[in-house]
Amino acid sequence: MRARLMAFLAVCFAAFLLAPSAFAQDQGQSIKGTLRGPTGQPVAGVTLVVASGGTEVGTTKSAADGTWEVAVPKSGTYTVTLDVATLPSRYQLRNKGGETLSDVAVSTGQKRTVIFPLAPAGTQQQGGSPGSTTSASPGVVSGGGAGGSTGFATRFAQLVVEGIKFGAIIAITAIGLSLIFGTTGLINFAQGEMVTIGAMVAFFFSTSPFHLPLVVATLLAIVVGAGVGGAMERGIWRPMRRRGSGLIQMFIISIGLSLLIRHTLLVVFGSRRSQYSEFTVQRPLELGPVSITPRDLVVTLLCFAVLGAVAFVLLRTRIGKAMRAVADNRDLAEASGIDVDWVVLVVWLAGGGLAALGGVLFGLTTAIYWDMGFNLLLLMFAGVILGGLGSAFGAVVGSLVVGLVAQLSTLWFSPELQNAWALLALIVVLLIRPQGILGKSERAG
Amino acid sequence: MDYLGILGNAVRGMFGPEAAIYALAAVGLNVQFGYTGLLNFGQVAFMLVGAYGVAVGVATFGWSLWLGVLLGIACAVVLAFFLGVPTLRLRGDYLAIATIAAGEVLRYVYRSTYAAPVTGGVFGLRQFANDFFALNPIPPGRYGFGPVDFDSRSLWVMIVAWALVALASLLVFLLVRSPWGRVLRSVREDELAARSLGKNVYWFKMQSLILGGVIGAVAGSMLAINVQSVTPDSYNPVVTFYLYAIVILGGAARIFGPILGSIIFWFLITFVDAFLRQAVGSGVIPSSIISGADVGAVRFAFVGLGLMLLMVFRPAGILGDRKELRLDVR
Repeated sequence: MRARLMAFLAVCFAAFLLAPSAFAQDQGQSIKGTLRGPTGQPVAGVTLVVASGGTEVGTTKSAADGTWEVAVPKSGTYTVTLDVATLPSRYQLRNKGGETLSDVAVSTGQKRTVIFPLAPAGTQQQGGSPGSTTSASPGVVSGGGAGGSTGFATRFAQLVVEGIKFGAIIAITAIGLSLIFGTTGLINFAQGEMVTIGAMVAFFFSTSPFHLPLVVATLLAIVVGAGVGGAMERGIWRPMRRRGSGLIQMFIISIGLSLLIRHTLLVVFGSRRSQYSEFTVQRPLELGPVSITPRDLVVTLLCFAVLGAVAFVLLRTRIGKAMRAVADNRDLAEASGIDVDWVVLVVWLAGGGLAALGGVLFGLTTAIYWDMGFNLLLLMFAGVILGGLGSAFGAVVGSLVVGLVAQLSTLWFSPELQNAWALLALIVVLLIRPQGILGKSERAG
Repeated sequence: MDYLGILGNAVRGMFGPEAAIYALAAVGLNVQFGYTGLLNFGQVAFMLVGAYGVAVGVATFGWSLWLGVLLGIACAVVLAFFLGVPTLRLRGDYLAIATIAAGEVLRYVYRSTYAAPVTGGVFGLRQFANDFFALNPIPPGRYGFGPVDFDSRSLWVMIVAWALVALASLLVFLLVRSPWGRVLRSVREDELAARSLGKNVYWFKMQSLILGGVIGAVAGSMLAINVQSVTPDSYNPVVTFYLYAIVILGGAARIFGPILGSIIFWFLITFVDAFLRQAVGSGVIPSSIISGADVGAVRFAFVGLGLMLLMVFRPAGILGDRKELRLDVR
């Protein structure tokens, strides 16, 4: 029975792979363009995101001939963003801030062409106005890099780097989710909103009227995030546990809390996508076959440093041992003199702070918008379950797998489906190894 | 401020097509969550396949409407198997996360340019329910009392949708009183006990998931027929949260729970919406605090707050029995 179902699933996946992928976009309106380098050679594999009022409408990658097209549902104004991280390292945008074109108006049935002028990396970026949306010729500046073709191995290596970066950010946010589940049994649906709060607090402090450096703003965001986590524990979850509420009841409360916070943030922050003012445009470093901007390198290394610190705390310190003891057997921990309420509060403080840090890093590498945390939440769940529900180290491993699957799927499939592949990986793992990669089998029973 | 208008809007909302359709989907969820204790957080996925069954069947393949509804139901059965096989042997919270993930995967796939030749991508599909409205026996015009009135199209959708709600409720009523229904409830209360009595718990859970899913798919096709269009992004996880709010508000594991829940839920939702729009429009609430564009967001925030307060203070809802529903999986 089981083997037959597996075969059925395999056939379904195969059918999915074999179906025709190319088709003509001949109806409706769209935004399109052709990415060309300074000397006119096409630039392939660059991610472009079209958003409307903060909600993503579509994502695509430029094809081998540099062309790209994103269908949009209706006439209106859209924001087109070129993901600088996916731009080959020999190019940069000619204009400062030119990676985002806002207010691209599309009328019904129109195929709107927009242009991102590119320049060779290392040249002085032109300040002031962002990239043009009207000029008809590609940005042509003298000079230019090597040929446009990139081999499969290079792209693979590049995507592995991207995947590790993405996975490390998911891991930072998911480790709190996993610790909270381990110590209290609660699946905290509002974890995603703690991520958004972190990103937004840092944005708030790094812009007017404060204009603090982003590093300081991030530290403040971590403090606020920890405070939010602690307040949730003291204000909602501890009283609920005292009343002997069921876990499903608390799970649904966390869903309500998530809806409440997310839409309050939407009212306060608005639906736009924003970027931190620092570290936006950087010249990538060449490390063998792959290139990475200093910003992304620091983000990745910082994630691993933090994860290492969390591992140290869990394995070597008194409070870490207490956390693991509570996760293992709450009653036994309480009987042996551990102050369980204090441990749970520390877990919430740490989970909130880590989520806030993850939010800043996620906002730094993508954008800050009202449901960024909710978009990340399902990937966090996937990472936590993939690694083994309740195991902190499992959450890290699972999150890295999720990040890698999401990024590597773009080698063969459209980037608009990358999250779908990560979530499918979750369902496949549940089928084969329900307790997760590092989970103990009795947890799933 | 036009208080009579606001109240009229709210009363229209509580009996309107959306209330009926959400009640139908909630009846399906009640079978899964209320009677069997399954944490299906992907009910919107069943509505999505139901809606797209009709839309794709008619607009893409050129079938008749009724064949499209059957396609949607067939898709819901397949989806239930897909979700149930990996997750129904596991603890309830796995099912919750796997179903919500599956719903999002489906939405991503249906909106992708890859599937656009069949599903219309982000545009969705339009104008596929003319067969349904051609059967409308009610002559065009508006019907109702004072500020509460409906046009003939809405009235026709309402009649059919509320009839389906009655039919589904009757079916569920008969089923849960049968030996089959008693097994479902015993699975919810104590899975081990049911298993030790020789019941195939896994298969009973699967049947419950399929039954609830099919009812959800029919609700989805009615939702698509009502507005004559489908767009993938209107089938997001928040719809499932609405349904949970409805089931819990009315009272889970009660036949009239979802119906009462939906009526009250839509009364409150449309009341808050109409009140805020009036208040912002007439300047009672200054637009510096809430602008007209934010009203939708405030409405969602209210749903979240309501769900929280309900769960904290009255988890059994209006009709529910606290003793019957312990809401615990461990």
